[in-house]
Amino acid sequence: MSHSAPDPNDAHGSVFDGLLGSDDSQWAFGTDFEDPLAGVDTTMPEGVAPAALATYCVMLADDALVLSHRVSEWCSNAPDLEEDIALANIALDLLGQARLLLARAAAADPSVVPALPEGSPVPPEDALAFFREAGGFRNVRLSEVDNGDFAHVVCRILLFSTVRLALLERLRESRDRVLAAVAAKGVKELAYHRDYAGRWFLTLAQGTDESRRRLVAALDDLWPLYPELLATHAVEDEVAAAGVGVRPVDVSAEVEVVLEQVLAMSGVERPERRALAGVRGRTGRDGLHTEALGRMLAEMQVTARAHPMGQW
Amino acid sequence: MTRSAYDVARTVTDPEMPMLTLEDLGVLRDVTEEDGAVVVAITPTYSGCPAMATMRDDLVHRLRDAGYDDVRVRVELEPAWSSDWITERGRAALEEHGISPPGPADHRSGPVVLNLLPTRRSLHCPRCGAAEVELTSEFGATACKALYRCTACLEPFEHVKEI
Repeated sequence: MSHSAPDPNDAHGSVFDGLLGSDDSQWAFGTDFEDPLAGVDTTMPEGVAPAALATYCVMLADDALVLSHRVSEWCSNAPDLEEDIALANIALDLLGQARLLLARAAAADPSVVPALPEGSPVPPEDALAFFREAGGFRNVRLSEVDNGDFAHVVCRILLFSTVRLALLERLRESRDRVLAAVAAKGVKELAYHRDYAGRWFLTLAQGTDESRRRLVAALDDLWPLYPELLATHAVEDEVAAAGVGVRPVDVSAEVEVVLEQVLAMSGVERPERRALAGVRGRTGRDGLHTEALGRMLAEMQVTARAHPMGQW
Repeated sequence: MTRSAYDVARTVTDPEMPMLTLEDLGVLRDVTEEDGAVVVAITPTYSGCPAMATMRDDLVHRLRDAGYDDVRVRVELEPAWSSDWITERGRAALEEHGISPPGPADHRSGPVVLNLLPTRRSLHCPRCGAAEVELTSEFGATACKALYRCTACLEPFEHVKEI
């Protein structure tokens, strides 16, 4: 809270006087940031380097955070109110997952958190979300590209949630208790996201010529970004070997089965597009992004960056 | 102090569904008292549930008002919340307020099966009792609810999702 309560003895008073009680309970979200992992046991599991666990958590968090922001851009823009609400809910679930994962990363290895001015009240999860440059983000590029039409966001959520659901299903067995717990909750949420996107995929494919044309075009547009979701980074190899993380390559077969099911039922051909190349082998997981991420972050981060000492 | 900390905590209501106490919602997991300090454990319904901070503040305020000065609220992430934890009293309260309570959650383990058909739930309209209802959206005004419409009385209503 950045405003101090008006002095009730002030003769001039304030229009807000009546709103202010004797305590802070009128502030629906409290007067302070809350740690989403408050009281959760964040002890490190043995046999894994803190830096690797933290980086892995940042990868999973950034995928969700960046896509959450993109999906939230649909708020008030969806074809009808129900889809508006659905997309906002999906964005909120992903944001919740991102918060827990960023907090987990910071607890595992505080050195991943960007430095802020001394005395800044910004908590680690927010420092990670708002004070990293695009090159510090480790999300897959599917999360960051600009929005298109409604078919585009349906295809994007379908590809994303199919892979993430498969990953989190296995991550429930992680030796890291926090990751296992975040995954167990996430599985329930992502099952709704995948079904939502799958149903709309089918509906648009079997709808009008125009809806089908748009769906096929959107899938074709996003397909080059799909292989990156299933590529395995060295950090993922490392945490998987330690029984803490999951290698995307290990879930690729089951992901393919689900996508083939959706494509077959919808009567849509699998696009023949090659993967979007990285630069010298570097992709989103290494901090190599499309220019869309920089523009997105500029908007997402501008207020927090203008007030590094701010308390919200 | 005449009331135990648990007795105070169990009366705190959910900020988004105030007809339910946190106990009835299954969000209140544990209350322990040690040397005058109270530790309350709560669990989020959904990862992004924005009501968590309010629940925490409400618990702290209510316990302070009851004379417990040292209150800490702990988040328990596991086991993950299930709609099955909503008590019978909670279900009755939901129904009474026009919200359809959840059916049994799917507890199958292993890979989640893809479902491209509308979720089939056997529900009745909480207003008129008719069984002729249709799903409007799997997502509602809060993370935990779906939107329905009764085709008999034509009123829309919310349904707490099975999770």
